[in-house]
Amino acid sequence: MTRTRASGRQVGGLRALSLQAPAVTLLLLWMLIPLGMTLWFSLQRYNLLMPGMTGFAGFENYEYLLTDPALWVAMGNTLLLVGWVLAITVVGGTLLAVLFQQEFPGRGIARVLAISPFFVMPTVSALVWKNMMMHPGSGVLAWLFQSLGLPAIDWFSNFPLTSIVIIVSWQWLPFALLILLTALQSLDEDQVEAARMDGAGPLAIFFFITLPHLKRAISVVIMIEMIFLLTIFAEIFVTTSGGPGLATTNLAYLIYIRALLDFDVGVASAGGVVAIILANIVAIFLVRMVARNLEE
Amino acid sequence: MATLQLHDLVKRFGDTEVIKGVDLDVEDREFVVFVGPSGCGKSTLMRMIAGLESASEGDILIDGQRMNDVGPADRGLAMVFQSYALYPHMSVADNMGFSMRLAGVPKAERRAKVLEAARILQLEPLLERKPKALSGGQRQRVAIGRAIVRNPGIFLFDEPLSNLDAALRVQMRIELARLHEELDATMIYVTHDQIEAMTMADKIVVLHDGVVEQVGSPMALYHHPRNRFVAGFIGSPTMNFFAVEVAGLDAEGVRVTLPGGGQCVVPVDGSRVQQAATLELGIRPEHLRLDDAGPLGGTIQVLERLGGQTSLYIETDGGLVTLMADGDVAYRVHDPVRFGFDASRAHLFDAEGLACESLKAHPLASLTRQDNRVSPQAAP
Repeated sequence: MTRTRASGRQVGGLRALSLQAPAVTLLLLWMLIPLGMTLWFSLQRYNLLMPGMTGFAGFENYEYLLTDPALWVAMGNTLLLVGWVLAITVVGGTLLAVLFQQEFPGRGIARVLAISPFFVMPTVSALVWKNMMMHPGSGVLAWLFQSLGLPAIDWFSNFPLTSIVIIVSWQWLPFALLILLTALQSLDEDQVEAARMDGAGPLAIFFFITLPHLKRAISVVIMIEMIFLLTIFAEIFVTTSGGPGLATTNLAYLIYIRALLDFDVGVASAGGVVAIILANIVAIFLVRMVARNLEE
Repeated sequence: MATLQLHDLVKRFGDTEVIKGVDLDVEDREFVVFVGPSGCGKSTLMRMIAGLESASEGDILIDGQRMNDVGPADRGLAMVFQSYALYPHMSVADNMGFSMRLAGVPKAERRAKVLEAARILQLEPLLERKPKALSGGQRQRVAIGRAIVRNPGIFLFDEPLSNLDAALRVQMRIELARLHEELDATMIYVTHDQIEAMTMADKIVVLHDGVVEQVGSPMALYHHPRNRFVAGFIGSPTMNFFAVEVAGLDAEGVRVTLPGGGQCVVPVDGSRVQQAATLELGIRPEHLRLDDAGPLGGTIQVLERLGGQTSLYIETDGGLVTLMADGDVAYRVHDPVRFGFDASRAHLFDAEGLACESLKAHPLASLTRQDNRVSPQAAP
């Protein structure tokens, strides 16, 4: 790209290229080397427990992975986890945003408290939930259920995936709330009043005015959350370790199992490639949706 | 078609009283304009009528019914907002039909009413567009259309033209006057622009600091301002004020001594005036005339030539005076100039700022816009 500046000097050209090169090279290396190595390993026979057995494997790793029922379980778990957390955080975040938009005493403090879970690191929040909230003996929830005369629930044994969904939702709800609350503040008050004059009650205002106004912000929340939710790991590692059985194993955790529990680098890499493909499929739909929204 | 009465209406925000007891009668099909400087409470008053703000005290009666506790949608009103407040995600037709959609009006009927409103406002080709794709004037018309379809008894306009450019404002002003005639509805209009007030109103309500200073026809306000505030607020350029001393009282009015020593008799009721008291004399720039034998004089500080008219800003002993003269006056800046006025055009204000009542009402003072319409030559 060679353009001429008003000063007569050329923009682009060799000098500009040489100045851009370090940044571009760094980014390429950062992306391409891991990707290339993953692709390469996924085609290798490479198990750390069997150092003698090396060499080119072709698509053996993929064949093994794709015929492994664990993969499909993990895929299903990934989608369930992402889907439920998105549903809970978007719906809950929207409702909370509308709530926190109202004037009430102590609103500022309430807002800070509602947003604070986002600042707790995943490992810590998972530990807190595991040992202090959901523990069947000493957890707050168990105490609550018992004080209501109900039996305590052993969350991680009986409802493992639900438990993970609850923990992750708790972490990501503040994010949705934060974005949606900001968006809500840009809603023109006159529009709401015009709707009131037109005879809209609180529900009609929510569905006809607030929700359409939040559409763009909601799609941004969905996109950003999805990127992070596809790779949830710490919460699972700390609480259930993917179990019982494979009940809470998502794709990220499955790759971890193959790589660092089975020491099968080849299969784990193949899993990584599958994860990339899955993320891309999701991303295509998402980018389209967001782009369409932003166009309007 | 509806009447509106306000009885001793008060609005407080916390400890601050923004509306301090307003009484007002609006007759059926009247075009009433609330005018006042910013912060005078005119918008708040309108929002209270609309039901968007609650009244702290007093009554709002529409068609004789107390409406204080009735929701904004059920008062039989429609409001046009300054920002238009169109729903950005809905087409023009959906914007206009929104209230009927909420009310559960069948689609065909909705469509018919929207088309009818679009016809009145010449919006037919734009019905499927989104508000973003419209110009300011078109958006304004959609906002009015949204009010029309509700078929309200009273239209409320909150500074509807202030976001438009000057040329469009003139055009919309004419359109609104035409609309008032066509729809035959009561209209209440808030503005800070006195030209809008003077040209459109049947009745102007001048508000200042939450108090109604004067209610009357535009000509009544212009010719017989009740106090110094109204005198200064209505009319452009602003009225000139001089401190004068009372020299005598007689049947013809109050004799006053002007700055510089000249005297004149202002034909106003002097019953409240005391001998030798200091009053303020108000005279509009357009009622001052250049006169080499005039009682007042000074030097020209600034000259603004508009072609047809020339504004002279004259430094006198009594302060800066504005004078509207013919466009062809030959004066230049720093020229000394003498001027005078017809004393019957002058107003006198006492120490509290209240006007002394004129002994003779101006012939146009009771003229309304209706009279204008019936017979343009009605005025003598």
